[in-house]
Amino acid sequence: MADFKIAIIGSGPGGMSAAAHAAELGLSHVLLESTDHLSDTIFKYQKGKHVMDEPQVLPLRSPLDFSAGTREHILETWNTQVAGHNTNVKYNTEVTAISGEKGNFSIETKSGETFTAEFVVMGIGLQGNLRKLGVEGEDLDMVQYQLDDPDEYADETIVVIGAGDAAIENALALTKQNTVIIVNRKDEFSRAKQGNEDGINKAIDTGVITPYYFANTVKVEQFDEALGSGEIGKIVLSTKNGEAQVNCHRIIARLGAIAPRRFVQSCGIEFPSDDPAAVPALTDQYESNVPGLYIVGALAGYPLIKSAMNQGYEVIEFIEGNDVEPADEPLLKAKFNSFSVRNDNMSVSSVLEMITTNVPLLSGLTTLQLREFMIDSDMRTPAEGEIIFERNDFTNTFYSIVNGEVEVQINPQDPSQRISLSKGAFFGEMSLISGHRRSATILAGKNCVLIETPRRSMNKTISSVESVKRVIDEAFLMRALQAKIAPNTSIEKLQSVISTATLQNFKAGEELFREGDDGDTLHLVRAGSLTVSKTVGGKEVVLSYLPAGNYVGEMALFGDSTRSATIRAAVATETICLDGDAFRKLADEDEDVRKRVQEVIDSRQQVNVQMEDNSDSGTIISFLVEQGLGEATDVLLIDESLCVRCDNCEKACAETHYGTSRLDREAGPTFASLHVPTSCRHCEHPHCMQDCPPDAIHRAENGEVYIANNCIGCGNCQRNCPYGVIQMALVSKKQKSGLFSWLLTGAGIAPGGHDATAAKKDPDAKKMAVKCDMCKDISGGPSCVRACPTGAAIRVNPGEFMSVTNLENY
Amino acid sequence: MIHQSLFVYSGYRYFKLCILLIIASVIAYAVHAPVDGPNGGTWLGYTLGGLGAFIILLLMWFGIRKRSYKSDMGKVQGWLSAHVYLGLALIVIATLHAGFQVGWNIHTLAYVLMFIVIISGIFGVYAYLRYPELMTKNRRGNTLELILIEMSELDRECREAAAQLTDEINKCILDCSENTKIGGSICQQLSGKNANCATQAALNKVSELNKLLPREMAADASRLMTLLGKKHELVQRARRDVQYKAIMDIWLYFHVPISFALLAALTAHVVSIFFYW
Repeated sequence: MADFKIAIIGSGPGGMSAAAHAAELGLSHVLLESTDHLSDTIFKYQKGKHVMDEPQVLPLRSPLDFSAGTREHILETWNTQVAGHNTNVKYNTEVTAISGEKGNFSIETKSGETFTAEFVVMGIGLQGNLRKLGVEGEDLDMVQYQLDDPDEYADETIVVIGAGDAAIENALALTKQNTVIIVNRKDEFSRAKQGNEDGINKAIDTGVITPYYFANTVKVEQFDEALGSGEIGKIVLSTKNGEAQVNCHRIIARLGAIAPRRFVQSCGIEFPSDDPAAVPALTDQYESNVPGLYIVGALAGYPLIKSAMNQGYEVIEFIEGNDVEPADEPLLKAKFNSFSVRNDNMSVSSVLEMITTNVPLLSGLTTLQLREFMIDSDMRTPAEGEIIFERNDFTNTFYSIVNGEVEVQINPQDPSQRISLSKGAFFGEMSLISGHRRSATILAGKNCVLIETPRRSMNKTISSVESVKRVIDEAFLMRALQAKIAPNTSIEKLQSVISTATLQNFKAGEELFREGDDGDTLHLVRAGSLTVSKTVGGKEVVLSYLPAGNYVGEMALFGDSTRSATIRAAVATETICLDGDAFRKLADEDEDVRKRVQEVIDSRQQVNVQMEDNSDSGTIISFLVEQGLGEATDVLLIDESLCVRCDNCEKACAETHYGTSRLDREAGPTFASLHVPTSCRHCEHPHCMQDCPPDAIHRAENGEVYIANNCIGCGNCQRNCPYGVIQMALVSKKQKSGLFSWLLTGAGIAPGGHDATAAKKDPDAKKMAVKCDMCKDISGGPSCVRACPTGAAIRVNPGEFMSVTNLENY
Repeated sequence: MIHQSLFVYSGYRYFKLCILLIIASVIAYAVHAPVDGPNGGTWLGYTLGGLGAFIILLLMWFGIRKRSYKSDMGKVQGWLSAHVYLGLALIVIATLHAGFQVGWNIHTLAYVLMFIVIISGIFGVYAYLRYPELMTKNRRGNTLELILIEMSELDRECREAAAQLTDEINKCILDCSENTKIGGSICQQLSGKNANCATQAALNKVSELNKLLPREMAADASRLMTLLGKKHELVQRARRDVQYKAIMDIWLYFHVPISFALLAALTAHVVSIFFYW
């Protein structure tokens, strides 16, 4: 007879919740904790840390309470409640080995004490093994991987490495008394919780924290003697602009953790792969490959407190032989309803299993990640022939094919030319990545079942699941090469070329290469845009502007390894690089490649000749690119030689948008007679969308970036917009009196006039962010353009506009 | 070139239409030979009169369309293009309608008012063609607001530069920063000049007073002169900006009210004709 029915190892949220539930049910149990307090991971959080309770839609199911609050409050609640439930906790008991089998496990501890139990629940978390920098100097005294109390440090220069919640929270807390620098491998903090993302972006915007983006640590060095200013060492970073050195007092790296794998494996538990980030494979009931041994919490792939607590509760129910539904079950059930009704009332878990089996892309997601992913996504079962999206639509959701197939119209001139994508494939990644219009029309085929995932959730998944990112990047490469360079090359041949292709990032203004440089790499623009310039008469003259989808360096095909022009990123740009050999190999295998490239070269030469005659156009392109038009999809341009300054455009905008004009005609720069007023450009990757808590900013089918009514007025978008085109306004939807009643009786306010007090008087008025929506709800197009009496105001796509023929008369 | 002026709008659509209208009216007038000579009372007279009245109403409807911001009845630019060409065609149509008859009566009043409206309109077209570009050049990439901010910044610098100089110079500078007026009366706006410009006065006076200063003050004095010169240049630019805007606006104060007077006279003209018929 075992000492206990259930032994729970580790008192984190999962283990603690399991123990408390066992106690509640009167089961014989023991909770073994290696330290002298509950939940060491949370105990080690910073003092006063605000702990969040995401995902908010998920209900909590545990005998212990948990809601967002300070670390102290949460720990105190748990201490009281664990005691209140008469939970049997053994502190300072570190487990060293587990052996035996279901019904008779033997648990050895460091102190030599041995416990026996029928079932074991392991909830030891991941903190046992923090990920280190992996570079020279990672173990120096000045490098730490944890931060207990940020108030311990003052007047230091501290470099925080990481972009997750822990890094952000440390960085923000340290700013109170120190100079803080944050190092991010990417340019966004989208992996973090919303609140943290808001906080760090604000701190960076206001200059409180200095960021290094696209930066990786090269090495850490400690000085023999501290500098006069007190710094004791330096960190060397590789950034897009080359190496950067930062002298500092301290480096805090928060790089997440790796499963304490060796111990877990010694208990007989298997891992699905050698990937250090992998977690053990578990049944739906959290049982490992060792019968009777269950795993909960972060070690099981459930890193969030609330889901771990739910899991602790559920695991006890499972051991007791009760089949309980996961807490998010009702949410998913509702989501899958229309699909499962038609498929013998498939259960949620079988639908999820089907998704994992059928869509390899999503197989790398843990159950929790997949459940979360599905809560954000939609399951669609379109009828055969139904249009999923059309070519040139501006939508940016991502689709995975769970079942059946879809048809892709590959030739816009001939809709009957189609290829099919079937079960397991995905599409929509082109628009997601490049921010461009859809490149093809897609129709539903037979038995089509799709998952449609919004941009934000997909970006989150891409940045948190490495395998998803890899697969999508490869597919993008393949499809981009197919579409732009080698349409007739077989997939197999392309694959061999793609293995040599890499992705490169460039900041706005950064050079890809210089005129006269040696090199034969071909760059295909995946996101962003480029300018091409040449030195004419000792001066650099911009010759053309190339939006995403174009390539440069094509001369390499003909063995020419001297660059004939300077290429610069107009905005932050990502390119696919193909070395010269790979490119020539492609051309050798497909005659068409050579022909197509020759066409591009010919037409470019023509443009260059025209441009050299007309170098003013190049100056205008430079000017427009400086104004950020390189990332715009639709921009308002005013020809000042036609503009009579009547402001009818602004009046029209205000009249059609509840009294607030979203454009400022006079503000904004002018070059020659071309004026770029302060008005939304509907960016390819809208900065405003980056960080909208209610996810209220969307892109409509025709490309309009608009703010929906669920705006909460937080102002994040206004802060994030580099062009200052978003305002916070009190919006009253009360209608003004009509034109004729004003004309005939003088009642109300003149058309185009604005009564600033009207909104204040309206109790239903709402403070929200307002910006140009290109009059998407009004027939006839943007009212600013339609209202311009002289034709001075036009809206254009900069990619099309910035050509020599369009610019020669400004 | 994607931007298109209202004259070339839609491939000269309204220009062509008006040329056709004029040619048709002239031919009809030449061919038509009524017994009592050409006048408004013949079938052609009524036709041309009806056409002219319709055009006048259409031209006046422009004011409505311009303010119907939600309307999708064509672009305002198209309306203005038609407005300009039809307005010019009206000169021919209305004159032929009258058969070159004038007199001291309500009919001729309507005709004269129409002419005043058209002439003011022609001035408007001229202004719209000429001033936008001048305005852009004059502003040199700035807005009027920025020019005014720059002016007050220069005022501050002038006061600093004058601090070590004589009281009299300081008084001039203070006067210059407090009493330089941009805009003002309609005449001042339209002329772009101000006879009592405080900046001009300060410039003259300070240059006089500087001559009396001891040598050690020369550096400050010459700096002050440079600053005043810069300010004077800005003042002139600001006044020119106001002037251009005023010229682009002023004609509408004749064009619109007189067109309403024309509408009244036209109504009287039409009613009286049918009354006495």
